[in-house]
Amino acid sequence: MGKYIGKRLIYMVITLALIATFTFFLMNVLPGSPIASADKLTPDQRAVVEARYGLDKPLPVQYFDYMFGLVQGDLGISINQFKGADVTDVILSRMGPSAQIGFQGMLIGTVLGILLGMVAALRQNTWMDYTSTFIAIVGISIPSFVFASLLQYWFGLKWELFPVALWKDGFMSSVLPSIALAMFPLATAARFIRTEMIEVLGSDYITLAKAKGASGSEIAFKHAFRNALIPLITVLGPMAVSILTGSLVVEQIFAIPGIGEQFVKSIMVSDFSIIMGTTIFFSVFLIVIILLVDILYGVIDPRIRLSGGKS
Amino acid sequence: MEKILQVKNLELSFNTQGGEVKAIRGVNFDLNKGETLAIVGESGSGKSVTTKSIMRLLPESSAEFKNGEILFGGRDLTKLSDKEMQKIRGKEISMIFQDPMTSLNPTMPIGRQLTEPLLKHQKISKNEAKKVAIDLLRMVGMPKPELRMKQYPHQFSGGQRQRIVIAISLACNPKILIADEPTTALDVTIQAQILELMKDLQKKIDTSIIFITHDLGVVANVADRVAVMYGGKIVEIGTVDEIFYNPQHPYTWGLLSSMPSLDTEDAKLYAIPGTPPDLLDPPKGDAFALRSEYALKIDMEQNPPFFKVSDTHSAATWLLHPDAPQVEPPLTVIERMKKFPGSRYYEGGAV
Repeated sequence: MGKYIGKRLIYMVITLALIATFTFFLMNVLPGSPIASADKLTPDQRAVVEARYGLDKPLPVQYFDYMFGLVQGDLGISINQFKGADVTDVILSRMGPSAQIGFQGMLIGTVLGILLGMVAALRQNTWMDYTSTFIAIVGISIPSFVFASLLQYWFGLKWELFPVALWKDGFMSSVLPSIALAMFPLATAARFIRTEMIEVLGSDYITLAKAKGASGSEIAFKHAFRNALIPLITVLGPMAVSILTGSLVVEQIFAIPGIGEQFVKSIMVSDFSIIMGTTIFFSVFLIVIILLVDILYGVIDPRIRLSGGKS
Repeated sequence: MEKILQVKNLELSFNTQGGEVKAIRGVNFDLNKGETLAIVGESGSGKSVTTKSIMRLLPESSAEFKNGEILFGGRDLTKLSDKEMQKIRGKEISMIFQDPMTSLNPTMPIGRQLTEPLLKHQKISKNEAKKVAIDLLRMVGMPKPELRMKQYPHQFSGGQRQRIVIAISLACNPKILIADEPTTALDVTIQAQILELMKDLQKKIDTSIIFITHDLGVVANVADRVAVMYGGKIVEIGTVDEIFYNPQHPYTWGLLSSMPSLDTEDAKLYAIPGTPPDLLDPPKGDAFALRSEYALKIDMEQNPPFFKVSDTHSAATWLLHPDAPQVEPPLTVIERMKKFPGSRYYEGGAV
């Protein structure tokens, strides 16, 4: 196990280095420059600013400078969005709201999704099944920004249950964005659990469990559930991605001062170091989630338990 | 002899989109205490459905009892609620399935799968259940049972898994053990071991066994009595010697002729022609008539009743009617009948 994780960590570093490299060069290919908007500057002033951020050096030198800093954990300083603030501080200060709505969204989504899927499978071909399937289809087909606007309109504007936008009322402000983010994982989990439960419930070991005298709930929760979870874990990774990308949009719509909102703005103003920093932060997050998912596999399914020696 | 289970005129249908599939069409048999009754027949003859209906393991949404009763311990199992059935399953009647590779839960240590019926049906503590489970594993011939309790099914071979399934099924000393083709998925040497094990254990805990198989070699090895099923009905039932050496139903003849043996000279193995009947629309008369070269005219129109051959042996074929013409069974069957005292071809000697 330890050996396996060690190996995975090395791969993670390589992946990160590649992502950083690609992003760095792609970003520089994009039209616009962090200080292009400051066209009121004289060429001399401009040169001073460029020198301050190392933008006057040739691109390869800039790249190696950046990578050298990255290895030491230095993500550089913001060029124009936050005027010289340390990128790490910017990201950390913005992380709170994003993490909160992301975590809440994921939690609501998976828990409700699993419940819906279970109910649908156990009451197959009844109105409960059809309702759950309908919710799943709606959740997958409606993009999160459309859903977010609907939530704002009904729950915020019409019924005034929750604030329409902004991050001012603590938990209450987080409810609507969390629900908006939860829809996709909810729908995905419901669909996966339903299909998988139906298949598992038809398998021989469930018949054997019945033949042992197990009751309906024992069969569903003790025997079937764990086996039905395995494929869901596979999609947990992609679901985390959807929460991330979803949050880019949802944070914009609800005007939440999170990483997503800040990321979008930094692209608009070509704040190179913020773009780089946020990309790397997202990548680390994703890669860690994928590793966790792989480890979780082994916890749930003994057949894929990871043995460092053999694999 | 004490009758432990009586199946009386059982009829069961599956309601499907295509219509009503009459899977069991009037099955009668008794199971005596301590005996092994083999149910043989080809795929789709209704042997698995019959036993699953005894356990009530068929999907309630589509399977429907149409008629008849299953009497066990003074109660009709067809009428019990699911709650009441849960108390019988695994405790008084238990079951072994065909494929040991898939009949154990892959994500549960086998120790827990073994103690589950014990904790469910007997008032014992977890630790006691563990001890019993270890004893059970030892009883089915599992080496180092203490160590293996924590292991998962994938860490066992097919034969070992079937031993575990047997241990689970015998955990509560059931009165009846239903074995649904327990050796079909195993290779021949393991088959023999498992059959030996089952016979040993049957003596130890004095249980009755219903043994479903389509392998007549296995039947000869384990069974006391044999019921031959065809098209959702039992067509012939008798002791193992009566079925093997004095068969009366043309379908039983066909089955016996299609069994390879060491002394057959023909290079070609006999196969029963045609296909099993469509139980969506079962034939009016004898279901086997269309595939039988011995069919009489009446077979096409009227279902044959059971004719008694001996106290223990009866067969549902019009050929046994006093007015029926004498027909010659296939040669291989005559060869068998020559060894059976009481058959019309008996030439002396013993089976």
